[in-house]
Amino acid sequence: MTGRARMPLADRDSFLAKAFLLPSIVYIIALVGVPFGLAIAFSFSDITAGDPSFDWVGLRNYRAIFEDGTFWQSLGNTLVFTTISMILVVVLGKVLANILVANFRGKWLVRFAVLLPWTTPVALSTISWLWLLDSVFSPIDWVMRQVGFLGPGENTYWLGKPWLAMGSVIAVHVWRLVPLAAVIMMAGLVSIPKDIDDAARVDGAGFWRRMLGITIPLTMPVVAVAGLFGAILTFTDMAVVYVLTRGGPTNSTQVLASWAYLKGIQGGDVAQGAAIALFLFPLLLGAAVAILRSVRRMETL
Amino acid sequence: MADVVEVRDLRKVFDGGKGSSTRAIDGVDLATEPGEYLVLLGPSGCGKTTLLRTIAGLEHPDSGEVLIGGHVVNGLPPRARQIAMVFQSYALYPHKTVLNNITFPLRAAKLPPDKQREQVKWASELLGIEHLLDRRPRQLSGGERQRVALARALVRDPRVFLLDEPLSNLDAKLRASARDELKRFQQRVGTTTVYVTHDQIEAMGLGDRIAVMHGGKLRQLGKPVEIYDHPADTFVATFIGSPPMNLVTRGEHLVGFRPEHLLPIENVPAAVERVTMPFRIERVEYLSGDRHVYGTITGIGDETRVIARLPSTIDTPISGDEVHDFAVRADKLRFFDAASGIGCDPVPLS
Repeated sequence: MTGRARMPLADRDSFLAKAFLLPSIVYIIALVGVPFGLAIAFSFSDITAGDPSFDWVGLRNYRAIFEDGTFWQSLGNTLVFTTISMILVVVLGKVLANILVANFRGKWLVRFAVLLPWTTPVALSTISWLWLLDSVFSPIDWVMRQVGFLGPGENTYWLGKPWLAMGSVIAVHVWRLVPLAAVIMMAGLVSIPKDIDDAARVDGAGFWRRMLGITIPLTMPVVAVAGLFGAILTFTDMAVVYVLTRGGPTNSTQVLASWAYLKGIQGGDVAQGAAIALFLFPLLLGAAVAILRSVRRMETL
Repeated sequence: MADVVEVRDLRKVFDGGKGSSTRAIDGVDLATEPGEYLVLLGPSGCGKTTLLRTIAGLEHPDSGEVLIGGHVVNGLPPRARQIAMVFQSYALYPHKTVLNNITFPLRAAKLPPDKQREQVKWASELLGIEHLLDRRPRQLSGGERQRVALARALVRDPRVFLLDEPLSNLDAKLRASARDELKRFQQRVGTTTVYVTHDQIEAMGLGDRIAVMHGGKLRQLGKPVEIYDHPADTFVATFIGSPPMNLVTRGEHLVGFRPEHLLPIENVPAAVERVTMPFRIERVEYLSGDRHVYGTITGIGDETRVIARLPSTIDTPISGDEVHDFAVRADKLRFFDAASGIGCDPVPLS
């Protein structure tokens, strides 16, 4: 048969598959693959902003960052920041998702308000938070003074004390990510057939038994995806830290992403910045594998 | 003694938004006999599923009462009503094994573990699914899922079974055997059952009594033979039976007769009172041995298109484009009021 050979190009699946994949492959190679390769190469070199010539130095950059206390502090902060943020995002997102699927008057207003933090550009919203948490003029402090929690002239210094600063950074980040998590989990909730919930009601299950025995297990893969996406976004995020504290006070909110940026771009030591940033990679890889597994579980359920 | 389900003057309106609303249940009074197999039959959208869900407590009526075992259960949530329901989709819990699906209602009832095992063993043996207990719902065929759903409903010995079109997801071949099995199973267990279907064959075959619903109202409640032979109104007359009852307008009345009662005059004994009508035949269809004869009749009212069904035992030659005298035994004629459609006393035809 020669009919196959004469088929127009636009009807040939093998051609179309390649043609449609090509743009994203080019995009990924150009914007992810090349920078990633460069980062690995840079981390074994002595490239700086002032001297961009490539000289092999072996593991010198890694030795340098291992001996740097700030690196270990940043790594610890990153883990604390990510872990606490994710627990809060998953729990609050789950609660919000349940509120979003419920039927009540003024539902559209609540939905709109919930999604607002996600739709606001991060630089803009974080600057609002910077003002809200200002060391002297913080409106939160003003309210607390009016209510009597703070004496006249007293301030909380939200971003000025190490643990409070970390708490503030986490709070703002959670505020920003919860809507996304809630919407993802809401999609999971509405995908549960109504019959299944009805069956559980008839089978004699109360609210908590339905929630723990039916709803949560059935939405678990979606919750896992929301959590892991959040973890990746948190792990690599430096916007909130950079705008609010720039890692301070005394590196108590410094995370790997912001530390790599400060070292590599602002400090000009591109090679060491690259080496620091590469420490994000194993954890991100783990998260990506976990996401793919949850997706597969969803497909087989 | 098995419990009785009763609804009294039940009403439920669904608000469709923008001022539109649907009366899903419009003043229904209905009571089962103890241990009865009651079928709610009607076209889609007639309110039968809403009625079942209201009995289950999954919907709340706007007014009226639901009684189970003589007690008003209106305020009670589904879990307090001691009912079991099988859904059209079976609604098995996809993440649980068959064993855990069946055990779920027992756990919810906080039965002691040894009692749980005993009940599960009994239910799974009764339905022949012991070999499936370790599987998950997606590994089961349609028929197996239906059995698991039944086992889960049966396992905690409910006061009432509510079944919502449990056979509609099975293929035609399986459906016939599942119907038979369902009937034998209910007779063995003896629990009062309310069964919803839009399929008149299921209703006729399964029901001790049938409640025909239309437009949120109960049109007729009776044994299958009563529903078929003495339909209460023209809706029941034309909804039940395939092909449906022929209706001929005669002044302010409608004269109804079943297709199988309209026979060539030679085949209706002259000894019984009969009504003769000339039948202009247009077309003859052969369907599984029967002949369906399409045409128009005159003589007893307005000229009307009707269908006659001649069983294979009648071999009178009939062909298209002829006028043949047909007749119906007078005692097979039914009469309805033309305006309301409600059945009425016989009117003289001559």
